[in-house]
Amino acid sequence: MNRAFKILSLQAAALVTGGLMMTTVSVATHAAVAPAATVVRIDNFSFNTPLVTIKAGTTVTWVNGDDIPHTVVATNGAFKSKVLDTDDRFSFTFAKPGQFSYFCSLHPHMTGKIVVKA
Amino acid sequence: MLDDVDDDRRGFLKCMAWAGTGALFALGGGVATSVGLDSALAAPLKTAPTQPFTFVQLSDSHIGFNKPPNADARATFREAVAKVKALPQQPDFIIHTGDVSQLSRDDEFDDADQILKEAGLPVFFVPGEHDMLDPDGGKAFLNRFGKGAKGDGWYSFDHRGVHFIALVNVADLKPGGMGNLGAEQLKWLKADLAGRHSSTPIVVFAHIPLWTVYADWGWGTDDATEAMKLLARFGSVTVLNGHIHQITQKVEGKVAFHTARSTAFPQPAPGTAPSPGPLKVPTEQLHSMLGITDAVFVRGSERIALIDSTLA
Repeated sequence: MNRAFKILSLQAAALVTGGLMMTTVSVATHAAVAPAATVVRIDNFSFNTPLVTIKAGTTVTWVNGDDIPHTVVATNGAFKSKVLDTDDRFSFTFAKPGQFSYFCSLHPHMTGKIVVKA
Repeated sequence: MLDDVDDDRRGFLKCMAWAGTGALFALGGGVATSVGLDSALAAPLKTAPTQPFTFVQLSDSHIGFNKPPNADARATFREAVAKVKALPQQPDFIIHTGDVSQLSRDDEFDDADQILKEAGLPVFFVPGEHDMLDPDGGKAFLNRFGKGAKGDGWYSFDHRGVHFIALVNVADLKPGGMGNLGAEQLKWLKADLAGRHSSTPIVVFAHIPLWTVYADWGWGTDDATEAMKLLARFGSVTVLNGHIHQITQKVEGKVAFHTARSTAFPQPAPGTAPSPGPLKVPTEQLHSMLGITDAVFVRGSERIALIDSTLA
Protein backbone atom coordinates (compact mmCIF):
# COMPACT_ATOMS: atom_id res chain seq x y z
CA MET A 1 0.00 0.00 0.00
CA ASN A 2 2.67 2.39 1.15
CA ARG A 3 4.94 1.41 -1.66
CA ALA A 4 2.23 1.75 -4.30
CA PHE A 5 1.35 5.21 -2.94
CA LYS A 6 4.98 6.27 -3.13
CA ILE A 7 5.19 5.21 -6.76
CA LEU A 8 2.00 7.08 -7.52
CA SER A 9 3.40 10.13 -5.76
CA LEU A 10 6.57 9.95 -7.79
CA GLN A 11 4.54 9.68 -10.96
CA ALA A 12 2.46 12.67 -9.88
CA ALA A 13 5.62 14.62 -9.12
CA ALA A 14 7.02 13.71 -12.51
CA LEU A 15 3.83 14.88 -14.14
CA VAL A 16 3.93 18.16 -12.27
CA THR A 17 7.57 18.65 -13.17
CA GLY A 18 6.79 17.88 -16.79
CA GLY A 19 3.95 20.35 -16.70
CA LEU A 20 6.19 23.04 -15.27
CA MET A 21 8.79 22.34 -17.92
CA MET A 22 6.17 22.66 -20.62
CA THR A 23 5.03 25.95 -19.14
CA THR A 24 8.60 27.16 -19.13
CA VAL A 25 9.02 26.14 -22.74
CA SER A 26 5.82 27.88 -23.77
CA VAL A 27 6.94 31.11 -22.10
CA ALA A 28 10.38 30.81 -23.65
CA THR A 29 8.86 30.66 -27.12
CA HIS A 30 7.54 34.20 -26.59
CA ALA A 31 11.07 35.54 -26.45
CA ALA A 32 10.08 39.22 -26.59
CA VAL A 33 7.76 38.94 -23.63
CA ALA A 34 9.22 39.28 -20.15
CA PRO A 35 8.21 36.90 -17.33
CA ALA A 36 5.48 37.75 -14.81
CA ALA A 37 7.81 39.92 -12.76
CA THR A 38 10.40 42.27 -14.14
CA VAL A 39 12.78 44.84 -12.73
CA VAL A 40 13.71 48.24 -14.12
CA ARG A 41 16.82 49.63 -12.47
CA ILE A 42 17.41 53.35 -12.10
CA ASP A 43 21.10 54.14 -12.46
CA ASN A 44 22.94 57.30 -13.49
CA PHE A 45 19.73 59.30 -13.80
CA SER A 46 18.17 56.92 -16.32
CA PHE A 47 15.81 53.95 -16.50
CA ASN A 48 18.19 51.23 -17.64
CA THR A 49 15.57 49.52 -19.80
CA PRO A 50 13.56 52.49 -20.99
CA LEU A 51 11.23 50.30 -23.09
CA VAL A 52 9.85 47.12 -21.53
CA THR A 53 7.24 44.82 -23.11
CA ILE A 54 5.28 42.60 -20.73
CA LYS A 55 2.18 40.42 -20.60
CA ALA A 56 -0.89 41.66 -18.78
CA GLY A 57 -0.71 40.67 -15.12
CA THR A 58 3.03 41.26 -14.89
CA THR A 59 4.44 43.19 -11.95
CA VAL A 60 7.17 45.71 -12.72
CA THR A 61 9.51 46.78 -9.91
CA TRP A 62 11.68 49.86 -10.16
CA VAL A 63 14.81 49.97 -7.98
CA ASN A 64 16.72 53.21 -7.44
CA GLY A 65 20.48 52.61 -7.50
CA ASP A 66 21.39 56.32 -7.48
CA ASP A 67 22.59 58.47 -4.57
CA ILE A 68 19.86 60.92 -5.49
CA PRO A 69 16.13 60.30 -5.03
CA HIS A 70 13.87 59.66 -8.01
CA THR A 71 10.19 58.99 -8.65
CA VAL A 72 8.27 56.87 -11.15
CA VAL A 73 5.16 58.68 -12.40
CA ALA A 74 2.86 57.55 -15.22
CA THR A 75 2.09 60.33 -17.68
CA ASN A 76 -1.57 59.27 -17.73
CA GLY A 77 -1.80 59.07 -13.94
CA ALA A 78 -2.11 55.25 -13.85
CA PHE A 79 0.60 54.96 -11.18
CA LYS A 80 2.81 57.22 -9.09
CA SER A 81 5.53 56.15 -6.69
CA LYS A 82 6.47 57.89 -3.51
CA VAL A 83 9.95 59.36 -3.54
CA LEU A 84 12.49 56.54 -3.93
CA ASP A 85 15.70 57.09 -2.02
CA THR A 86 18.77 54.93 -2.63
CA ASP A 87 17.79 51.22 -2.96
CA ASP A 88 14.08 51.98 -2.47
CA ARG A 89 11.65 50.05 -4.67
CA PHE A 90 8.29 50.67 -6.25
CA SER A 91 6.11 47.95 -7.82
CA PHE A 92 3.05 48.14 -10.02
CA THR A 93 1.06 45.28 -11.56
CA PHE A 94 -0.18 45.96 -15.07
CA ALA A 95 -3.55 44.20 -15.22
CA LYS A 96 -4.66 45.36 -18.65
CA PRO A 97 -3.01 45.79 -22.05
CA GLY A 98 -1.91 49.24 -23.07
CA GLN A 99 1.03 51.62 -23.31
CA PHE A 100 2.22 53.41 -20.21
CA SER A 101 4.72 56.23 -20.60
CA TYR A 102 6.32 57.33 -17.35
CA PHE A 103 8.99 59.74 -16.06
CA CYS A 104 10.79 60.93 -12.95
CA SER A 105 8.95 63.99 -11.65
CA LEU A 106 12.18 65.36 -10.14
CA HIS A 107 14.29 64.89 -13.25
CA PRO A 108 11.75 64.86 -16.08
CA HIS A 109 14.37 64.21 -18.74
CA MET A 110 14.30 60.65 -17.35
CA THR A 111 11.56 58.84 -19.28
CA GLY A 112 10.48 55.25 -19.94
CA LYS A 113 7.63 53.20 -21.34
CA ILE A 114 5.91 49.92 -20.45
CA VAL A 115 4.05 48.15 -23.26
CA VAL A 116 1.50 45.65 -21.89
CA LYS A 117 0.28 42.96 -24.27
CA ALA A 118 -2.75 40.72 -23.80
CA MET B 1 7.44 109.13 -30.01
CA LEU B 2 10.80 110.84 -29.83
CA ASP B 3 10.16 111.56 -26.18
CA ASP B 4 9.58 107.87 -25.59
CA VAL B 5 12.83 107.00 -27.27
CA ASP B 6 14.68 109.61 -25.24
CA ASP B 7 13.08 108.39 -22.11
CA ASP B 8 14.08 104.84 -22.87
CA ARG B 9 17.57 105.95 -23.68
CA ARG B 10 17.84 107.93 -20.46
CA GLY B 11 16.48 104.97 -18.56
CA PHE B 12 18.98 102.73 -20.22
CA LEU B 13 21.90 105.03 -19.53
CA LYS B 14 20.83 105.42 -15.94
CA CYS B 15 20.78 101.66 -15.58
CA MET B 16 24.13 101.27 -17.18
CA ALA B 17 25.54 103.91 -14.88
CA TRP B 18 24.27 101.90 -11.98
CA ALA B 19 25.44 98.59 -13.38
CA GLY B 20 28.63 99.87 -14.86
CA THR B 21 31.68 97.74 -14.96
CA GLY B 22 32.80 96.15 -11.76
CA ALA B 23 36.14 94.86 -10.77
CA LEU B 24 34.45 91.57 -9.95
CA PHE B 25 31.31 91.15 -11.95
CA ALA B 26 30.15 93.45 -14.70
CA LEU B 27 26.55 93.53 -15.88
CA GLY B 28 27.40 95.54 -18.97
CA GLY B 29 30.69 93.89 -19.79
CA GLY B 30 32.08 90.50 -20.59
CA VAL B 31 32.05 87.33 -18.59
CA ALA B 32 32.45 87.92 -14.91
CA THR B 33 35.49 87.07 -12.92
CA SER B 34 35.67 85.86 -9.36
CA VAL B 35 38.33 86.74 -6.86
CA GLY B 36 38.96 85.85 -3.24
CA LEU B 37 36.48 87.14 -0.70
CA ASP B 38 38.81 89.32 1.36
CA SER B 39 40.31 91.32 -1.49
CA ALA B 40 36.94 91.47 -3.22
CA LEU B 41 35.23 93.06 -0.29
CA ALA B 42 38.12 95.39 0.48
CA ALA B 43 38.40 96.89 -3.01
CA PRO B 44 34.92 98.28 -3.65
CA LEU B 45 34.28 99.31 -0.07
CA LYS B 46 37.31 101.60 0.13
CA THR B 47 36.15 103.74 -2.77
CA ALA B 48 32.41 103.55 -2.19
CA PRO B 49 30.95 106.99 -1.50
CA THR B 50 27.81 105.50 0.02
CA GLN B 51 27.29 102.47 2.17
CA PRO B 52 26.51 99.54 -0.13
CA PHE B 53 23.89 96.98 0.68
CA THR B 54 24.56 93.33 0.29
CA PHE B 55 22.62 90.13 0.36
CA VAL B 56 23.83 86.55 0.39
CA GLN B 57 22.72 83.63 -1.74
CA LEU B 58 22.77 80.18 -0.19
CA SER B 59 21.74 77.20 -2.29
CA ASP B 60 21.23 73.47 -2.37
CA SER B 61 21.72 72.78 1.33
CA HIS B 62 20.16 69.30 0.87
CA ILE B 63 19.64 68.91 4.62
CA GLY B 64 19.38 65.15 5.19
CA PHE B 65 21.97 64.21 2.56
CA ASN B 66 24.50 61.87 4.19
CA LYS B 67 26.28 59.96 1.43
CA PRO B 68 29.67 60.40 -0.22
CA PRO B 69 31.18 62.93 -0.53
CA ASN B 70 29.39 64.52 2.46
CA ALA B 71 28.28 62.46 5.44
CA ASP B 72 26.64 65.47 7.09
CA ALA B 73 25.04 68.17 4.97
CA ARG B 74 23.75 69.81 8.18
CA ALA B 75 27.31 70.47 9.33
CA THR B 76 28.42 72.07 6.07
CA PHE B 77 25.24 74.20 5.97
CA ARG B 78 26.03 75.39 9.50
CA GLU B 79 29.55 76.28 8.31
CA ALA B 80 28.04 78.27 5.43
CA VAL B 81 25.80 80.19 7.83
CA ALA B 82 28.78 80.83 10.10
CA LYS B 83 30.61 82.22 7.09
CA VAL B 84 27.72 84.61 6.45
CA LYS B 85 27.84 85.76 10.06
CA ALA B 86 31.56 86.42 9.72
CA LEU B 87 31.22 88.66 6.65
CA PRO B 88 32.68 92.10 7.40
CA GLN B 89 29.69 93.74 5.74
CA GLN B 90 26.58 92.07 7.15
CA PRO B 91 24.03 91.35 4.44
CA ASP B 92 20.52 92.79 4.67
CA PHE B 93 19.06 89.35 4.05
CA ILE B 94 19.69 85.87 2.67
CA ILE B 95 18.08 84.22 -0.32
CA HIS B 96 18.00 80.44 -0.50
CA THR B 97 17.64 79.19 -4.05
CA GLY B 98 16.15 75.81 -3.27
CA ASP B 99 16.82 72.19 -2.44
CA VAL B 100 16.69 73.24 1.19
CA SER B 101 16.05 69.58 2.05
CA GLN B 102 17.01 66.24 0.58
CA LEU B 103 13.60 64.54 0.86
CA SER B 104 11.13 67.23 2.04
CA ARG B 105 10.96 65.65 5.50
CA ASP B 106 9.72 67.75 8.42
CA ASP B 107 12.91 67.15 10.41
CA GLU B 108 15.01 68.29 7.45
CA PHE B 109 13.00 71.51 7.10
CA ASP B 110 13.16 71.97 10.89
CA ASP B 111 16.92 71.66 10.96
CA ALA B 112 17.39 73.99 7.99
CA ASP B 113 15.18 76.54 9.74
CA GLN B 114 17.10 76.24 13.01
CA ILE B 115 20.51 76.53 11.36
CA LEU B 116 19.42 79.57 9.33
CA LYS B 117 18.18 81.26 12.50
CA GLU B 118 21.80 81.31 13.66
CA ALA B 119 22.42 84.00 11.03
CA GLY B 120 19.76 86.24 12.58
CA LEU B 121 18.74 87.58 9.16
CA PRO B 122 15.56 87.52 7.08
CA VAL B 123 15.59 84.65 4.57
CA PHE B 124 13.71 84.49 1.26
CA PHE B 125 13.20 81.05 -0.27
CA VAL B 126 12.28 79.37 -3.51
CA PRO B 127 11.78 75.59 -3.59
CA GLY B 128 13.98 73.09 -5.44
CA GLU B 129 12.66 69.78 -6.73
CA HIS B 130 13.85 68.10 -3.51
CA ASP B 131 11.48 70.37 -1.57
CA MET B 132 8.42 69.12 -3.49
CA LEU B 133 8.53 65.50 -2.29
CA ASP B 134 5.95 65.51 0.49
CA PRO B 135 2.69 63.69 -0.34
CA ASP B 136 1.03 67.04 -1.13
CA GLY B 137 3.67 68.00 -3.67
CA GLY B 138 5.33 70.97 -2.00
CA LYS B 139 2.75 72.05 0.60
CA ALA B 140 5.10 71.22 3.49
CA PHE B 141 7.71 73.60 2.09
CA LEU B 142 5.17 76.32 1.28
CA ASN B 143 3.56 76.19 4.72
CA ARG B 144 6.91 76.76 6.33
CA PHE B 145 8.96 78.90 3.93
CA GLY B 146 6.45 80.28 1.42
CA LYS B 147 3.81 82.02 3.49
CA GLY B 148 2.10 84.71 1.45
CA ALA B 149 3.58 83.48 -1.82
CA LYS B 150 1.44 82.95 -4.92
CA GLY B 151 0.79 79.68 -6.72
CA ASP B 152 3.56 77.17 -6.09
CA GLY B 153 5.60 79.74 -4.17
CA TRP B 154 6.38 82.73 -6.38
CA TYR B 155 6.44 86.33 -5.13
CA SER B 156 8.29 89.62 -5.43
CA PHE B 157 9.48 92.35 -3.11
CA ASP B 158 11.39 95.63 -3.23
CA HIS B 159 14.51 96.43 -1.29
CA ARG B 160 16.30 99.78 -1.47
CA GLY B 161 15.13 100.42 -5.01
CA VAL B 162 15.91 96.94 -6.31
CA HIS B 163 13.00 94.71 -7.36
CA PHE B 164 13.47 91.06 -6.35
CA ILE B 165 11.44 88.33 -8.08
CA ALA B 166 11.28 84.77 -6.72
CA LEU B 167 10.23 82.26 -9.38
CA VAL B 168 9.37 78.55 -9.06
CA ASN B 169 10.47 76.28 -11.90
CA VAL B 170 10.29 72.89 -10.17
CA ALA B 171 6.50 72.37 -10.00
CA ASP B 172 4.42 70.30 -12.39
CA LEU B 173 7.41 69.27 -14.51
CA LYS B 174 6.62 67.77 -17.92
CA PRO B 175 7.89 64.35 -19.12
CA GLY B 176 10.98 64.77 -21.25
CA GLY B 177 11.29 68.43 -20.27
CA MET B 178 13.49 70.56 -18.03
CA GLY B 179 12.47 73.22 -15.50
CA ASN B 180 9.07 74.80 -16.06
CA LEU B 181 7.52 78.12 -15.02
CA GLY B 182 4.07 77.58 -16.49
CA ALA B 183 1.47 79.92 -17.97
CA GLU B 184 -0.03 81.05 -14.65
CA GLN B 185 3.32 82.18 -13.25
CA LEU B 186 4.30 83.93 -16.48
CA LYS B 187 1.00 85.78 -16.42
CA TRP B 188 1.71 86.86 -12.86
CA LEU B 189 5.25 87.95 -13.83
CA LYS B 190 3.89 90.09 -16.65
CA ALA B 191 1.51 91.83 -14.25
CA ASP B 192 4.24 92.18 -11.63
CA LEU B 193 6.55 93.97 -14.08
CA ALA B 194 3.87 96.13 -15.67
CA GLY B 195 4.26 99.78 -14.76
CA ARG B 196 7.77 99.41 -13.38
CA HIS B 197 10.30 101.78 -14.84
CA SER B 198 12.88 100.08 -17.01
CA SER B 199 15.63 101.66 -14.93
CA THR B 200 14.58 99.59 -11.91
CA PRO B 201 17.33 97.07 -11.18
CA ILE B 202 15.86 93.57 -11.20
CA VAL B 203 17.12 90.48 -9.40
CA VAL B 204 15.39 87.22 -10.38
CA PHE B 205 16.03 84.07 -8.40
CA ALA B 206 14.85 80.52 -9.04
CA HIS B 207 16.21 77.03 -8.41
CA ILE B 208 16.91 75.57 -11.87
CA PRO B 209 18.95 77.79 -14.19
CA LEU B 210 16.81 80.13 -16.30
CA TRP B 211 19.05 79.48 -19.28
CA THR B 212 20.02 76.15 -20.77
CA VAL B 213 23.31 75.13 -19.21
CA TYR B 214 23.09 71.49 -20.37
CA ALA B 215 19.90 70.08 -21.86
CA ASP B 216 21.00 66.42 -21.65
CA TRP B 217 20.91 66.67 -17.86
CA GLY B 218 17.80 68.85 -17.79
CA TRP B 219 19.83 71.86 -16.66
CA GLY B 220 17.60 74.57 -18.01
CA THR B 221 14.02 75.87 -18.00
CA ASP B 222 11.77 75.14 -20.97
CA ASP B 223 9.81 78.40 -20.92
CA ALA B 224 12.55 80.67 -19.53
CA THR B 225 12.67 82.60 -22.80
CA GLU B 226 9.09 83.76 -22.12
CA ALA B 227 10.22 85.22 -18.81
CA MET B 228 13.31 86.79 -20.35
CA LYS B 229 11.15 88.49 -23.00
CA LEU B 230 9.19 90.16 -20.22
CA LEU B 231 12.46 91.30 -18.61
CA ALA B 232 14.09 92.47 -21.84
CA ARG B 233 13.19 96.16 -21.46
CA PHE B 234 14.95 96.49 -18.10
CA GLY B 235 18.43 97.96 -18.04
CA SER B 236 19.83 95.72 -15.35
CA VAL B 237 18.73 92.16 -14.69
CA THR B 238 20.62 89.73 -12.47
CA VAL B 239 19.48 86.09 -12.55
CA LEU B 240 20.56 83.90 -9.63
CA ASN B 241 20.07 80.13 -9.70
CA GLY B 242 21.27 76.95 -8.00
CA HIS B 243 20.53 73.29 -8.84
CA ILE B 244 23.79 72.44 -10.61
CA HIS B 245 26.07 72.77 -7.54
CA GLN B 246 28.79 74.72 -9.33
CA ILE B 247 29.42 78.23 -10.57
CA THR B 248 28.49 79.05 -14.12
CA GLN B 249 27.89 82.53 -15.41
CA LYS B 250 27.28 84.44 -18.56
CA VAL B 251 26.27 87.93 -19.60
CA GLU B 252 23.77 88.37 -22.40
CA GLY B 253 23.00 91.98 -23.22
CA LYS B 254 21.75 93.58 -20.03
CA VAL B 255 21.18 90.26 -18.26
CA ALA B 256 23.74 88.59 -16.03
CA PHE B 257 23.18 84.91 -15.23
CA HIS B 258 24.91 83.19 -12.34
CA THR B 259 24.61 79.85 -10.53
CA ALA B 260 25.85 79.30 -6.98
CA ARG B 261 27.74 76.48 -5.37
CA SER B 262 25.89 74.07 -3.09
CA THR B 263 26.58 73.90 0.62
CA ALA B 264 26.21 70.09 0.51
CA PHE B 265 28.04 68.45 -2.39
CA PRO B 266 29.49 69.36 -5.81
CA GLN B 267 28.18 68.02 -9.10
CA PRO B 268 30.22 67.32 -12.23
CA ALA B 269 30.71 69.87 -14.99
CA PRO B 270 28.24 69.33 -17.85
CA GLY B 271 28.91 66.13 -19.74
CA THR B 272 32.03 65.17 -17.78
CA ALA B 273 30.41 62.21 -15.98
CA PRO B 274 27.84 59.53 -16.82
CA SER B 275 25.24 61.40 -14.75
CA PRO B 276 24.82 64.61 -12.76
CA GLY B 277 25.01 62.65 -9.47
CA PRO B 278 27.19 63.86 -6.57
CA LEU B 279 30.85 64.32 -7.42
CA LYS B 280 32.60 62.02 -4.95
CA VAL B 281 35.60 64.16 -4.17
CA PRO B 282 38.03 63.31 -1.34
CA THR B 283 37.05 64.71 2.08
CA GLU B 284 39.96 67.15 2.13
CA GLN B 285 38.75 68.62 -1.17
CA LEU B 286 35.06 68.90 -0.31
CA HIS B 287 35.07 72.30 1.38
CA SER B 288 36.81 73.94 -1.56
CA MET B 289 33.84 72.93 -3.75
CA LEU B 290 31.08 74.19 -1.44
CA GLY B 291 30.30 77.83 -0.88
CA ILE B 292 28.17 80.93 -0.67
CA THR B 293 27.58 83.90 -2.97
CA ASP B 294 27.72 87.45 -1.65
CA ALA B 295 25.98 90.09 -3.79
CA VAL B 296 27.21 93.65 -3.25
CA PHE B 297 25.25 96.64 -4.56
CA VAL B 298 27.09 99.92 -4.52
CA ARG B 299 25.20 102.88 -5.87
CA GLY B 300 27.18 105.84 -7.03
CA SER B 301 30.30 103.80 -7.48
CA GLU B 302 28.51 102.12 -10.38
CA ARG B 303 29.12 98.64 -9.26
CA ILE B 304 27.37 95.36 -8.73
CA ALA B 305 29.46 92.46 -7.61
CA LEU B 306 28.69 88.79 -7.06
CA ILE B 307 31.43 87.31 -4.95
CA ASP B 308 31.66 83.56 -4.63
CA SER B 309 33.64 82.15 -1.76
CA THR B 310 34.18 78.57 -0.69
CA LEU B 311 33.89 76.92 2.71
CA ALA B 312 37.57 75.97 2.59
